[in-house]
Amino acid sequence: MSTHGSAPVHGGDVVARTEAQVIGTSPVERTAAGEALGPEEELLTINMGPHHPATHGVLRLLVSLEGEVVRDLKPIVGYVHTGIEKSCEDKSYWKAIPFVERMDYLSYFSNMEAFVGCVERLLELEIPPRAKYLRTIHLELNRLHSHLVWLGTSALDLGAMSMFFYCFRDRDRVLDLFEMSTGQRMHTRYFQVGGVFEDIPLGFERNLRAFCAEMPSRVDQYEAILNRNEIFLRRTKNVGAVPRQELLDLGVTGPLLRAAGEPWDLRKVAPSLAYGDLEFQIPVGTVGDGYDRYRVRVREMRESVRIIEQALDGLPEGPWIADDRKIVLPPRNELSTSMEALIHHFKLVTEGFRVPPGEAYYAVESPRGELGCFVVADGSAKPARVHFRDPSFVNLQALRHMCVGGYLADLIQNLAMLDPILGGIDR
Amino acid sequence: MPDSPGLELIAHELDDAAAGSVLSTYHEHGQACLIVDPQRILEVLGWLRDTPAQEYRFLASLHGVDYLPSEPRFGVVYELLNMPRVERLRVRAALADPGGEELPEIDSCMPLFAGAEFQEREVYDFFGIVFRGHPDLRRILMPEDYVGWPQRRDFPVGGEPVIFTHTEREVPRWYA
Repeated sequence: MSTHGSAPVHGGDVVARTEAQVIGTSPVERTAAGEALGPEEELLTINMGPHHPATHGVLRLLVSLEGEVVRDLKPIVGYVHTGIEKSCEDKSYWKAIPFVERMDYLSYFSNMEAFVGCVERLLELEIPPRAKYLRTIHLELNRLHSHLVWLGTSALDLGAMSMFFYCFRDRDRVLDLFEMSTGQRMHTRYFQVGGVFEDIPLGFERNLRAFCAEMPSRVDQYEAILNRNEIFLRRTKNVGAVPRQELLDLGVTGPLLRAAGEPWDLRKVAPSLAYGDLEFQIPVGTVGDGYDRYRVRVREMRESVRIIEQALDGLPEGPWIADDRKIVLPPRNELSTSMEALIHHFKLVTEGFRVPPGEAYYAVESPRGELGCFVVADGSAKPARVHFRDPSFVNLQALRHMCVGGYLADLIQNLAMLDPILGGIDR
Repeated sequence: MPDSPGLELIAHELDDAAAGSVLSTYHEHGQACLIVDPQRILEVLGWLRDTPAQEYRFLASLHGVDYLPSEPRFGVVYELLNMPRVERLRVRAALADPGGEELPEIDSCMPLFAGAEFQEREVYDFFGIVFRGHPDLRRILMPEDYVGWPQRRDFPVGGEPVIFTHTEREVPRWYA
C-alpha cells in the first residue's frame, strides 16, 4: 500500500511483509463496483470493540478484513459522550473547571489549563509568576503520568506484561505528588482562573526532587526492557508509518506528528506559562512508525523531568493567585474581619464573575497534541459556548491511514501507539 | 497572529480576490478574525491556504457556535494556522437560520483540509449544520437515532430520566 511503500525499510523479513500486503486491486473497490468476489477473497467485516481491552476505552472499530489484511476501517465513537460542553453552558465559569477536567481523564491538568487560560485571555488577566511555574510543574508531571499510563498499557498490548506493573508503580508516585499538592489524585481542580488554588505544601519540593532524581533511571530501565527487545521491535518497526504531509493534512498533532519528523510543539513555538524561561528539547523521529512514536514519547518523559527540575530551581516567591477581588476568591482569613471580603466571597460563590463579551481560542500542548479551547462569552457569568478541540478526536482520523493494507495484529499496535483517550474523544 | 492592520490588509486583499466575501473583521485579545459569507467559504479558505503570502495550511480546529439571539444565528469557526510563522487566523462563516425544519447549509471544507471530517460531523451532530459535499455526514457522538440538535442554545439542558428497574414503568415512552 502507498502508506507503507514510501517508508524506508531495514531488515529482510520486513520487506517481505510489506510486499505481501499488496494483493491486486482492493476488494473494497471491487465490491463497490459490484464485482462478485471468490470465496477466498471475500471481505469479512467484524466489529472490534466497543468493549475490547486493546481499544483503551469504549472505541468500536468496524474492520473489513481480507484474510488477515485490513482493507477498510471505520472508527465509531460516542459511547461515552456525556455532553460536557453543553453542561458547561449551564455552569458559571469557575464551576465549569471540574467538568472540563473529566474529558481527557489522563491529562486533566492540560484540560484545565486550556479552559482556564482561555478565560484568562477573555478577562485579560495576568497571572503571577509563581502560578505560572506551579502550573508548568503540574502540567509536566501530568505529561509524565499520561505517558506512563500509555507506555504501560501499550506495552501490555504487545505482550510485555511487566512493563504495565513498572509503569503503574511510577505513575502512582506522580499521583502521590498530586495528592500532596492538590488534595486529589485525579481531577484535582488545582488551576483557578487567576492562578492556582493553593501554594504547594511544605515537603512537596523535597518529594518532587526525589522523584525527579529517580525518574531518569526508571526511564533507563524501561528502555532497557523495550528498546532492543526482539518482539517489540518486530511489532513496531516500520509498522503504521504515515508520511508527514499526510499527517499534517489530517490535522494530526503531538507525538504522532513529531515522530514523523515535524518538530511542532506548542510549548516551544508559542511558549506560554514558564516554558519560555526553561530549556528543553523537542524529540522528533525520522520514519514515523510505531517504534519512533514510542521513542519520541519516552524521550519526552526525560525532557519533562528536566523541565520540572528547572522550574523548581527557578520557582519564584510571591503570590500564587492574582489579586483581583472581582475574579479571585478572597483569602479565607479575611472573611471574619473584612466586610468587603465577605461580600466578594458571597458574590463569587453565588453568581460567579462575569466575563466581557468576546471569543477566544487558546491551545496548549497536551500529552496527545494540540488541545484547544474555544470560549464564547456573552457578558454573563456563564460561558455561551465552550468547545474543546481534543487531540485524540482529530488524531483518530489517522488510524485508517495507519492500518489499511497492514495486518490485523498491527492494528492493535497502531491503536496503542496512537494513544487515544476516549473520554477526550467523546467528551 | 496578524495584528490589527495586518488583519485589515488580509481582508482587503481577500476582498479583491473574492469580491464581497468578507463581511467584517474583529481583533480582540490579540486574536484576529474574519467574518465571511458562508456561500464563499471554500474560496476564502482556499485563498488563505494557497496565496503565497498567507499560507494558512493547517486547520487547527473547527467549531460550531450558536449566537442566539443575535443574527445571523449560527457560526462555523475555522481556526487556521500558519506553522512556519506560528500565526493563527480565525475565519467565521456567519450562517443564517433558514427557519422551520430546514437546516442551514455550508460547503464542506474537506477538499481543502481532509482532517475536517470528524469535526464537521461533530458540528452537524450538535448544531444541525449541513456540510455540502461531506462524504459521510452522520451523527458522530450522539446516538444515530437521536432527534434534535443538542448544542443549540434553545435546546434545554434537561437530561433524560435514568431508567431503573423500579422506575421503568413510570418513564414515558419506554414501557409500552
